Amino acid sequence: MSLDVSTPSVATSTIETDAVIIGAGPVGLFAVFELGLVDVKAHVVDILDKPGGQCAELYPEKPIYDIPGLPIVTGQELTNQLLKQIEPFGPVFHFGERIDTLERLPDERFRLKTDAGTEFITKVVVIAAGGGSFTPKRPPLQGIEGYEGTSVLYSVRRMEALRGKSVLIVGGGDSALDWTLNLQPIAKSITLLHRRDEFRAAPHSVAKMREMVETGDVRLMIGQVTALHGEGDKLQGATVKTKDGEERLDVDVMLPFFGLTMKLGPVADWGLQLHENLIPVDTEKFETSEKGIFAVGDINTYPGKLKLILSGFHEVALMAQQAAKYVYPGKKVLFQYTTSSSSLQKKLGVS
Amino acid sequence: MVKITFIQPDGSEQVVNADPGVTLMESAKMNDVPGIEAECGGACACATCHVYVDDAWREKTGTPSTMEEDMLDFAFDVREQSRLSCQIKLTPDLDGLVVRVPAKQF
Repeated sequence: MSLDVSTPSVATSTIETDAVIIGAGPVGLFAVFELGLVDVKAHVVDILDKPGGQCAELYPEKPIYDIPGLPIVTGQELTNQLLKQIEPFGPVFHFGERIDTLERLPDERFRLKTDAGTEFITKVVVIAAGGGSFTPKRPPLQGIEGYEGTSVLYSVRRMEALRGKSVLIVGGGDSALDWTLNLQPIAKSITLLHRRDEFRAAPHSVAKMREMVETGDVRLMIGQVTALHGEGDKLQGATVKTKDGEERLDVDVMLPFFGLTMKLGPVADWGLQLHENLIPVDTEKFETSEKGIFAVGDINTYPGKLKLILSGFHEVALMAQQAAKYVYPGKKVLFQYTTSSSSLQKKLGVS
Repeated sequence: MVKITFIQPDGSEQVVNADPGVTLMESAKMNDVPGIEAECGGACACATCHVYVDDAWREKTGTPSTMEEDMLDFAFDVREQSRLSCQIKLTPDLDGLVVRVPAKQF
């Protein structure tokens, strides 16, 4: 596809910005701050439905001891403080979205599209994606890949598609319980399978599920799936191991809910040089093999790299200097301190 | 030192020595024991350091906390012997501990 450089074909929903930051973990959030100081406006995209990345998703309550100046802080507290710190720069967040494609336009800018259809045209891209995108865990069952998307689903986009089906739901958290309750009225049958007779889900959902089990509307099994059976991409059954032995269930659809794991994801397809699923960068600008695309935090690699939040903070400060040069070509980036610079204090809204 | 034997699904054994005070997961990572991924780094947040504690040692290693039980929901082929190795702190009492590594972490 060829594009006219002066008037790129811009869809109505396209967002034009200076920078798109991929990942709203601590390093992505602090990138907003450092870019903001040099007048680079940013949009932040994250696959999770909230800011904080691993800090918020994996260990919100765990104390972190190596953030300079904060002897002890939890992942959630750090996230909250960073959000407050970057407020003056008015970042725009796009949660629950994953950047799927990245292409360079003839005018050197980048076009990025998310899985939800949001489109950005941006001068620089900052990949702060940590361990990669959080994706549902795939149970290690033989042949499961073949059923994914048709009869093994990790999320339900259209409930109607499950009308009249025999559904096996696996897991004991809120997702498993919510779908058990929501699908019960329309499915032909619902079997909820969990490894133990204790559930992490909200107590009222558990109580409701137990009622449905009482009335025979839901079958509850305590055990684990050991094998899947089917033809082509159509699931027909699952072998379930319980303490009484193995049983084969006839099911059309399985919904496994085993939490999330991190995968590099679409970043791998953007033509960047990679090294063992990490993005090599220089240590002057933290730029990737592609001009204008930076990688900061856990996702990058360079000699001596340490996967520490504090290293990521350092990286974004240097990255921002170079990003400013791309966003404002020819303009001198003046190095200033927040303690004394009246112009920085104005940006921070404190002068 | 605490001596630990890791048994792989193929039956091969690896004996490692660790200082008391580190976790079983850390001892595995320090000695490159295959099959212990510990994706979250020991925060009891991922279930990829799942092991089966040998029956003879289950009393000494104790039982999983509520948080660990919750996280074991995300492991595969969970058994009575299942523990997350990041939640077992090595003590001199555990010298000689035997654990099995599952066929897959996920």
